[in-house]
Amino acid sequence: MRSRLPALLLLTIGLLFLFLGVCQGEAEIVFRKATNLCLECIGLG
Amino acid sequence: MVKSFRQKFRIFVQMGFTALTNGYAAGFVNGTLYKGDTKFLCVPGLNCYSCPGALGSCPIGSLQAVLSDRNHKFSFYILGFLMVFGALLGRFVCGWLCPFGLVQDLIHRIPVPRTRGNRASGAFQKRKTLPGHRFLKWLKYAILLGFVIILPLTILDIVGQGQPWFCKYICPSGTLFAGIPMIASHPELRSALGWLFTWKFAILIVLLILSFFVYRPFCQYLCPLGAVYGLFNPVALVKLRIDEEACTKCQACRRACPLDIDVWKNPNSPECIRCGRCKDACPHGAIH
Repeated sequence: MRSRLPALLLLTIGLLFLFLGVCQGEAEIVFRKATNLCLECIGLG
Repeated sequence: MVKSFRQKFRIFVQMGFTALTNGYAAGFVNGTLYKGDTKFLCVPGLNCYSCPGALGSCPIGSLQAVLSDRNHKFSFYILGFLMVFGALLGRFVCGWLCPFGLVQDLIHRIPVPRTRGNRASGAFQKRKTLPGHRFLKWLKYAILLGFVIILPLTILDIVGQGQPWFCKYICPSGTLFAGIPMIASHPELRSALGWLFTWKFAILIVLLILSFFVYRPFCQYLCPLGAVYGLFNPVALVKLRIDEEACTKCQACRRACPLDIDVWKNPNSPECIRCGRCKDACPHGAIH
């Protein structure tokens, strides 16, 4: 159990960060970028 | 050559996960992108969100999208995803769940032609790493810092917006899974092709050819996502343990490791992608 403690701690912080990110509107930025064609990704812009 | 059940199962999981996370078949037919709610979420591997089949978002592309946004200079959201995936799986993601890793694995499985000249000269032999591996393996950390974090944060246009530098100038996964299918299905895009596409296409071709000779060159030397997950390897829930009493230090694990890692000394190396070949090769069952 002790060896799993750092992973569980990081997991908890990660979930907290996810929640904070959603509250700050970052999920909308990701969604907007992901649902429109990314010209940089395909090598056009 | 794939021998053990684990390696056959790994290929099956890699293909299944790639198909599952790129399951928007209509996108490939019509050249459109999926616009459903799952695109709010990141997938664990390097899977371009502009791939016509993609149902989720690429964590590296998303990180650059948030960092280059003029209203955000830090991304809790993407760091959260990376911490969750990293803490649970570490680089198991690279070995089992990444579509571009799968492509490199499949190419590397193509056998070298056994011609007499080839055997004599040794010119076209498979190898685990590139010459200079000791230094080259740090390149992915430089790419993570430079192209994914610092450049999108600091080089801004007139309205304060940055660019996704890694996606734009390096990412071969975007070229393969998004660029080629989109350009194939949209003739009007072909007239806009220029030096940037040629550059990215050249990177892709070099890496695909190199994958034939060297095991996963992109993952070993260039992938910023692998660099992130590698940092989690020593603490992730999925990790390797050596039974010190059973291990005879015979180095069978190192010989079997496609990444040339001394598994018996460093079972949770940041380079390890958890393919499990060391476990299959250990004659004493000392790797758990």
